[in-house]
Formats: sequence, C-alpha cells, structure tokens
Amino acid sequence: MPSAAAEYLRVTDLHAFYGESHILHGVDFTVNRGEVVTLLGRNGAGRTTTLRAILGLVGSRSGSIMVNGVEAIHLPPHRIAYLGIGYCPEERGIYASLTCEENLLLPPVVRSGGMSLDEIYQMFPNLKERRSSQGTRLSGGEQQMLAVARILRTGAQLLLLDEISEGLAPVIVQALARMVRMLKDKGYTIIMVEQNFRFAAPLADRHYIMERGKVVEEIPAPQLESRMDMLHEYLGV
Amino acid sequence: MTEIFGVPIQALFGQLLIGLINGSFYAVLSLGLAIIFGLLNIINFAHGAQYMMGAFLAWIGMTFLGVNYWWALMLSPLAVGVTGVIIERTMLRWLYRLDHLYGLLLTFGLALIVEGLFRYKFGISGESYPVPETLAGGINLGFMFLPKYRAWVVVASLVVCFVTWYVIERSKLGSYLRAGTENPQLLQAFGVNVPLMITLTYGYGVALAAFAGVLAAPIFNVNPVMGSNLIIVVFAVVVIGGMGSIMGSIVTGIGLGLIEGVVKSGMVANLLGAIFDEVPIVGSIVYPVKLLFSPEASAVTIFVIMAIVLLLRPAGLFGRER
Repeated sequence: MPSAAAEYLRVTDLHAFYGESHILHGVDFTVNRGEVVTLLGRNGAGRTTTLRAILGLVGSRSGSIMVNGVEAIHLPPHRIAYLGIGYCPEERGIYASLTCEENLLLPPVVRSGGMSLDEIYQMFPNLKERRSSQGTRLSGGEQQMLAVARILRTGAQLLLLDEISEGLAPVIVQALARMVRMLKDKGYTIIMVEQNFRFAAPLADRHYIMERGKVVEEIPAPQLESRMDMLHEYLGV
Repeated sequence: MTEIFGVPIQALFGQLLIGLINGSFYAVLSLGLAIIFGLLNIINFAHGAQYMMGAFLAWIGMTFLGVNYWWALMLSPLAVGVTGVIIERTMLRWLYRLDHLYGLLLTFGLALIVEGLFRYKFGISGESYPVPETLAGGINLGFMFLPKYRAWVVVASLVVCFVTWYVIERSKLGSYLRAGTENPQLLQAFGVNVPLMITLTYGYGVALAAFAGVLAAPIFNVNPVMGSNLIIVVFAVVVIGGMGSIMGSIVTGIGLGLIEGVVKSGMVANLLGAIFDEVPIVGSIVYPVKLLFSPEASAVTIFVIMAIVLLLRPAGLFGRER
C-alpha cells in the first residue's frame, strides 16, 4: 500500500457533465508522487474528460479530487493550476496570436522549482531557433514540444499529457518518449492519456483502463504481459 | 487663392482637421469596442451611452462640484469604468455561452435606459462645456488656423490608442489578453484568473468610451443622444476595420474620419467630375457614384465604403476570417 504522503492525486467517485450529458460515472484512481500512469481506453471512454474534470474544465462535476492533500473539486480552474498541475491538451492549444517564446512564457509560474528558459531551450533547441515565429507556424512536432515545454517552466509537479504522440512522425514520437523518461527521472508525476499503446507501455508504472466513464481495471506494468489478452479486449485492438 | 480640384486650400485643410478630429473619436471608440468584442464576444451597444455618460459626468462635475477639465478627464472614465465593471459582474457574465445576439440586445437595452434617464433628468437641448483655459485660443499655421483644443484632442486620442495597442501587442499582460481572446479555457487552466481579466477588460473598454466623451464635451454639445448619433458610424468603422482587430480599428477610425473630411470638402466629387464628366457613357455610369461622394452625401460615405468592403472582404480590412 502506498502511504498517504506518497500519494499526489486521489480521484474518488468523480462525475462530470457537459450540459445535460453525463460523461463520467464515478471515476476512481490514485497517482503517487514520481509515478507515470496512463489512462487507456477506447475513444469516448472518458479519458480526456477525466483530465479536464480534474482541471475544472467541464460543465459541472462532483466527487472528490485531492491534489497533494487539498480538495480541488470546488476550486475554479485558475486556482487548481496553483496546486501544481500543468496541462497539455490534446489539441496542443498553441496560441496563433502569440510567438513561440510568448507561448512558452504564457503560463504563470505556480510553484518554485520550475525549469528556467535556458534549461528549456537546452532541452528543446528547436524552440530556441524558432522563438520569434508565430506559434502555429511551428511544425506539428515543434508545437507538441512547445505545448509540453511551457508547462515545465511553471514549477508544476503533476503533468497531465493528453495524446502527446498523436499524429507525429515515429522519430518525433521517440524523442517524446525520451523526454517523458527524462521528466520521470527529474521526479515529475505524470498522467498520460494515450491511444498509442506501444508508446505508453514502456514508459508507465501503472495503467488504468477506462470504459463508459469509469475506471474498470488497473494493471501494474510488471503484469502487463500476462494480461495482454484482457487489455486487447478492452481496447478492441 | 490656391485651389486643389476646385476646393480652396483653406477649406480643404479645415475639412481635413474636422475629419481628423472625428477620426480620433472613431478610433478611440472602435478600439474599445474591438477589445470588448475580442475577449467578451459581446457587441457592446451601450458604448455610445457610455461615451455620453463620460461627457455628462464631466459636465456635472464642473457645474455642481467644481471639478475642472483635467480632473474630469481622469475621474469620469474611472467612474464610468466602475459602472462597466458592475454591469459585467451582474449581467453580461450570464450571456457568454449564448449567441452574440443576446449581449447585443442586453447592451442595447441598457443604452436605451441610460439615455432615457439622462433625457428625463437633463432634457434634450444639451449643455455646453467650456474649453479649458490652458487650451483656449489657437495657433496660426499660415495656411490655416488650428484651435489648440482640437490639436490636443487628436494628440490625446492617438497617445491613448497607441499605448493601448502597445500594451496588447507587446507586453506580458497583452499576451494574456491575446491568449484569452483565442482560448480562454486553457489560459484559465494555466492559472490565469480569466473571469477577473474579462471584468477589467470590459471596464477598460468602457472607460475608453468615457474618455472620448470627456474629450468631446468642449467640442460638441453635451446632450443625452450625442452617443447614439456617433455610435452607428463607429459600428460601421468596426465592420470596415474587422471585428476585434486592434490596429485595424485605430487605422480605420482615423482613415475614415479623414476620408469623410475630404468628401465633405467636395474634392472627391470634383475630381470624379473632372475625369469622367466629358467621357461619353462612362460619365453617366460614374454619375451616381459622384453623387454618393458629394459633400451633401458625406454622412453616408462611410456606409458606402462599408458596403464595398463587406462585398470584397467580409472579415474587414484587418480582420481574419474565422
């Protein structure tokens, strides 16, 4: 059993709604400090909504979201960020009216201990080269790097990464895998929503499988191989 | 006397100055509308009433409280800005998820109420506001006489416009504003208090209108409908410049004021006449165009330009297609 101190995020009986439609039906899971956890499932299973519900970006929500011992369910989104959460949305959310560097500097620092601009440019030399280009003029891979890089500056310790490997060339996906591994080594806690199982499998400590707005299975990485059949059934691959 | 296309040069410069003054008001007012539309997605039809409130508060302050022009120039926009903050917090906030039309209807209703109240209290005949002493009189430029106050209006408007532009396009605060215009949800998830930013933006946009109102008080008659006369033209300016474009509203505002002035001087009609009157057939085709750009029709010039721009570039001269 992980101790309460090691627990960074505990989601209990989370329900989320967009207007009339009830999307999440009581999601439960925990993420420990320094862990990489994936949310797997078919399209529409509620994985992206789970991330958005944690951030308060859904119509309404109920249940409990404990971040670092603080209840976040009733906080507005801008306060939740200050609990130390960084978000990289599925559509990347690069701003067209901002330059690459303005995009990078946009999210406010929420905690001390974030990476400096120099460190980020060292990690992503492409972004330095294109610092004054319009954000959306960057290539898909560069935009993805930018979307992740900008939350590393803020001091957020819990990163919510939604489909970061989607639609990118294999060589860039490999670079992203190296990046996630490096972030894990630096002590970041990461939740990844992934369609690309081959990308996520070697990176994660644990996998949660979602179906119809609920977490239905938890698979620790060591058991992955023995439970592949079940996984395939859920994911329909 | 020197003439350009049949227009005495003094008359031309006179009209250009009037155009520049009007253009300055168009620019400040359409800038406020552009900022509000960008972040709030609301077409602020109360803008004219808020401009009128700015002028009236200056007049009330001077008449009853002895507040001089310079204080009024600061306090009146501040006071009207606060009413804007209250309106945003209590009313506009509930409309963001709905169609533009609801915000337009609400602010239009507010404009009618405010104008009605002022009309009830102060009547329709209007009040005059004296030019501040330091800016009384004028300078003889040789080719024309430039009243100091009018020069001040142009300079003050341009400074306010360009400072606003600079803050939005070049500063950190401006990057929040631009990001909030594009994708406010994500910006809030990053930890920016977007609801507060929206409230203050509406307050600032409204304060800009009131600032223009105070500037206008010594030039125009201060009366309850001064805003509704102006705001229709300002909306045309916004449409021509492109909804939500900052630089677009400044440049278009000044530019259209000047064009209006040139048309009013009669130069455009004379020029069209000189070129096309003698040409068979073409002359008679151009004739109605000449009428549209004659001094008598100068009030509709901006709307003619609006129609042309909408036909050629529906998003406006500086607007991006959405």
